[in-house]
Amino acid sequence: MLGEGIVKGMAETAKNFFGSFFSAERLTTVQYPEERIATVEAARVFPFLVYDGADWEAGLRCVACQICEKECPPKCIYIEKSKDKKPDVLGKPQFYPAKFDIDISVCMSCQICVEVCPFEAIKMNTEFELSTDDRFGGLLLDRKELAKSNEYYHEIHATEAAGVDAHLAAEKAKSDAKAKAVHDAAAAKAAEKPTGAGD
Amino acid sequence: MIDRLDQIFVSLEHWLVGFLPAGWQAAAGVVLSVVVIIGFFPALFALTTVFERKGLARIQNRYGPNRVGPLGILQPVADGIKSLTKEDIVPLSADAAVHLLAPLMLVVAVFMGFAVLPMGRNMVLVDMDAGLLFYFAMGASTEVAVFMAGWSSRNKYSLLGAMRAVAQMISYEVVLLLSSVVVVMMTGSLSLTKIVDAQNHYTWGLPHWYIFTPWGLAGFVMYSIAATAETNRSPFDLPEGESELVAGYHTEYSGFKFALFFLGEYLAMFSISGLGATLFLGGWSAPFSFLGWVPSWIWFFSKLMLSIFVLIWMRGTLPRLRQDQLMNFAWKFILPLCLLNLFVAALWRFMGDGWLRWVACSAILVVAYVVVGRIEMRSEHFGPRRYRYAE
Repeated sequence: MLGEGIVKGMAETAKNFFGSFFSAERLTTVQYPEERIATVEAARVFPFLVYDGADWEAGLRCVACQICEKECPPKCIYIEKSKDKKPDVLGKPQFYPAKFDIDISVCMSCQICVEVCPFEAIKMNTEFELSTDDRFGGLLLDRKELAKSNEYYHEIHATEAAGVDAHLAAEKAKSDAKAKAVHDAAAAKAAEKPTGAGD
Repeated sequence: MIDRLDQIFVSLEHWLVGFLPAGWQAAAGVVLSVVVIIGFFPALFALTTVFERKGLARIQNRYGPNRVGPLGILQPVADGIKSLTKEDIVPLSADAAVHLLAPLMLVVAVFMGFAVLPMGRNMVLVDMDAGLLFYFAMGASTEVAVFMAGWSSRNKYSLLGAMRAVAQMISYEVVLLLSSVVVVMMTGSLSLTKIVDAQNHYTWGLPHWYIFTPWGLAGFVMYSIAATAETNRSPFDLPEGESELVAGYHTEYSGFKFALFFLGEYLAMFSISGLGATLFLGGWSAPFSFLGWVPSWIWFFSKLMLSIFVLIWMRGTLPRLRQDQLMNFAWKFILPLCLLNLFVAALWRFMGDGWLRWVACSAILVVAYVVVGRIEMRSEHFGPRRYRYAE
């Protein structure tokens, strides 16, 4: 009959109206600034730079290879390579970024920089409260603002960070083994040399 | 004591006016009442906006505004400050004079309607013999204001919204009038105080409100539908269908002029709810004779707020109609039933007392509702829409 649907709908909304005062599961709203829900592990907002150890400048994993700068679709990364070199985690002398800026007003959170980085140096942050009253300078993050410790990375993306650490440890073991092999070979050669010379 | 509480506003006015010389008293009394009406109803409007937002939120399982003041009750203050301090933009190509006059005219026309509403025993500003007629005349002039707003903005959305509004308001004005005519037929008077008096007596403690008769119930339902459409409330809010027309006729209004439109819409809601309560729900009379000691103005305003609550409830429930559905509903469904209701009211009048008239009148109305409803539901225009190309 005409009007039946209206009555049904009105009953439904009345149920919602009164139900929202009594049942907590109906009111799913989170009163944001006071209470907040933990971010899910896969959450990502803008990239940050990982550093190892205590000193952010010395521990930066980034070697200024500029792959991320080239791959970035909206071109929001700006890197200036250093003139000198410093030893990285593996002890190899590497360049480091003298300047590393990300304009988060341009960044589209695509995570491509993270995918392409061969050094596990750039990862996605979960911090989202980045509003500022300076819309140009405030949204252009330099390398000091971008640098976050490995511990922080573990905090926000536990599983992923553990995988990265395992990977880096394996790399280090490999390079150590290689270095040792090279060293041993050199030592063996050095030990062999006198006899060879004696020939 | 109880009597004094009932008449507290009337005696307060007499006391205040008593300080003036005798020649001035009548005029001062009117001015005082006008000032009270102009102050009170916008205050009620402010409260209603926050309650509406909270009610709608609860219907959608949200909290609603709860930041400004305790439980968000000061939200209208923030809204008011915001709209007062906003820039008042008049489009370059707009007709500036008409653009300015439209919101003013709307609010003035709506305020005029309150003049004849009896808000309590002896609490009516002007006790006109043709109060109902005056009310509808004032209500009809809001359409002009709406069209002025749409036309003067020189914006296609505004104009479309105004066209829709005028088409809708004229269509439902007919229904509104015809559904109220039954009350006039029964009372034999256009005076709203007389209409309330006619309903203000009791049998076995129950009131003789017109809603408790078959023709009164039918009239009330049709009046409510027409009143919802008249005030452009959801589900009849096509004139400001924001998904189609930005904001309809007030697209080009900002700042306080926009606030005036908003105010006018709510005031129209109050006054039309008040009129509905006066015509069908016994105005300021108590729902049971043993509750007669409660001040009459409390009853009037509780009935008014109850109607507002139902309007908010409907807004939270029903989706917007399509333009053709709206028109067909007015002209093909409600209008025939309205005309039939006039006949039923006449039948009721001339069948005299007894149970037979209850049966006869109810049967006619129910049968007509079912039959017309069935025909309409099956008709091509009114029923489920058939898409010719996009199936």
